[in-house]
Amino acid sequence: MTKRILILGGGTGGTLTANRLHKKYRGRIDITVVDENNDHVYQPGLLFVPFGLTQSEDLVRPRKRQLRRGVNFVESGVESVDIESRAVTLANGDVLGYDVLVIATGARLVPDETEGLTGPGWNEKVFTFYDLEGARSLEEALDDFDGGRLVVNVVDMPIKCPVAPLEFCFLADWYFHERGIRDQVELTYVTPLDGAFTKPRASELLGGMLDERGIHVITDFNTGEVDGAAGTIVGFDGREVEFDLAVVVPVHSGAEYVGRSPGLGDALDFVETDPHTLQSQAAPEVFVIGDAANLPASKAGSVSHFEGEVLVENIVRFLAGDELDSSFDGHANCFIETGFDKALLIDFNYEQEPVDGHYPTAVGLPLLKESRLNHLGKLMFQWFYWHSLLPGRDIPGIGAAMPTAGKHLD
Amino acid sequence: MPTTTIAEVAVEVTDDGFFVDPDQWTEDMAPILAAEAEIPELTDRHWQVIRFMRDEYFAKGTGPTVRMLGKTSGVSVKELYQLFPMGPAKTAALLAGIPKPRGCI
Repeated sequence: MTKRILILGGGTGGTLTANRLHKKYRGRIDITVVDENNDHVYQPGLLFVPFGLTQSEDLVRPRKRQLRRGVNFVESGVESVDIESRAVTLANGDVLGYDVLVIATGARLVPDETEGLTGPGWNEKVFTFYDLEGARSLEEALDDFDGGRLVVNVVDMPIKCPVAPLEFCFLADWYFHERGIRDQVELTYVTPLDGAFTKPRASELLGGMLDERGIHVITDFNTGEVDGAAGTIVGFDGREVEFDLAVVVPVHSGAEYVGRSPGLGDALDFVETDPHTLQSQAAPEVFVIGDAANLPASKAGSVSHFEGEVLVENIVRFLAGDELDSSFDGHANCFIETGFDKALLIDFNYEQEPVDGHYPTAVGLPLLKESRLNHLGKLMFQWFYWHSLLPGRDIPGIGAAMPTAGKHLD
Repeated sequence: MPTTTIAEVAVEVTDDGFFVDPDQWTEDMAPILAAEAEIPELTDRHWQVIRFMRDEYFAKGTGPTVRMLGKTSGVSVKELYQLFPMGPAKTAALLAGIPKPRGCI
């Protein structure tokens, strides 16, 4: 009987996994992707929407069309997974069996978990740019904003793309400069971390860059409540930050069905996953890619991209009864837009924090340093995403494992 | 790594005071560590969190975040901040003799 691989989630990880598997097996296996809708959003583009730098409709393409011919697509939510009987019940009532299950349903925003966040003022003076609708409404609000206190607040980690809120600060600084009202805007970044970023060297550099731009930073701030009516963010320790416009990154959890599936996820609905093989700890035939995993890696598209190679190799090995490849190193690679047509690039993994040098070799993009080249790289990446990364093509010179050749390591 | 003496035992700690080896920790060290963290008295609720931190660390290799603690320890996030005003996840990890929670990436 033909083996069945069922992939839950048709985003970055699910799509590239399906396409890579299809290339490997050439129709000798049944591959099905399930997603609750047919809108594939290029999420790195959301950052640019509020500043009018991209049109939100340009970020969305049909999920089904990103899948190679021969991969099945089912548009339905997921009710639950029964690990014991190896079956997934869909929201539409259908039950799909599998030989291998891939969890690729990412992370979801949970603004309701923070007191007051979705109360009065939500989408009026309190926004998020982490989804399409929020990014669009924020564009209008920024357009109407003529001065006052703009606060960018990360409620708690983990979040998708931990650099995005910093990029938002840098772009806001640029945007208000362009509008000639930068001196009338007080920009403040409020973070639960003890610095601008999670990794020491990058944190020091980014902290300095915020400082240079006159962006205030409030650290170790654990948001307990957002009061849109009063215009205050209240910390669990009693500190208060006042705002006229708040851009909040809500807490994230895994997909809801994970919580409805006994034994599949942790208390935040992320799936416990082996950091090197990407096999879940729930069952040997369940694998995980991308933000859905509880790994100590960034929740970023680049991580899903680098995971894809090891994941597909391991599914092939698992179905052949071979030992798994445990070479995934937590590799992440992020462009950090810093405004005024420049960007930084950072490259790191589980063990190695971001350092300076060049990527991927001594001849390449500058690391941990602002440059126009990195900004162009960030813009060009969107093309690579649709035409190379999702179809599962290898990009020459860009391997899954973190390169060290061009780096200045201690 | 610096070494410090707690309850007459030499303990290896990181620069910010977290235990390198959780097996060096004993219960009688917790009140001493608490005093240093400006917590005058450890109540049953503090102990519930400290024990939970250690169990989680030995099960998962890292201490839980505040949000995870709020969902799983039986103590709400609000109360956690009342118990450990200087930051529940960090302070409780410090008192429980486990490394600083990785939590955030």
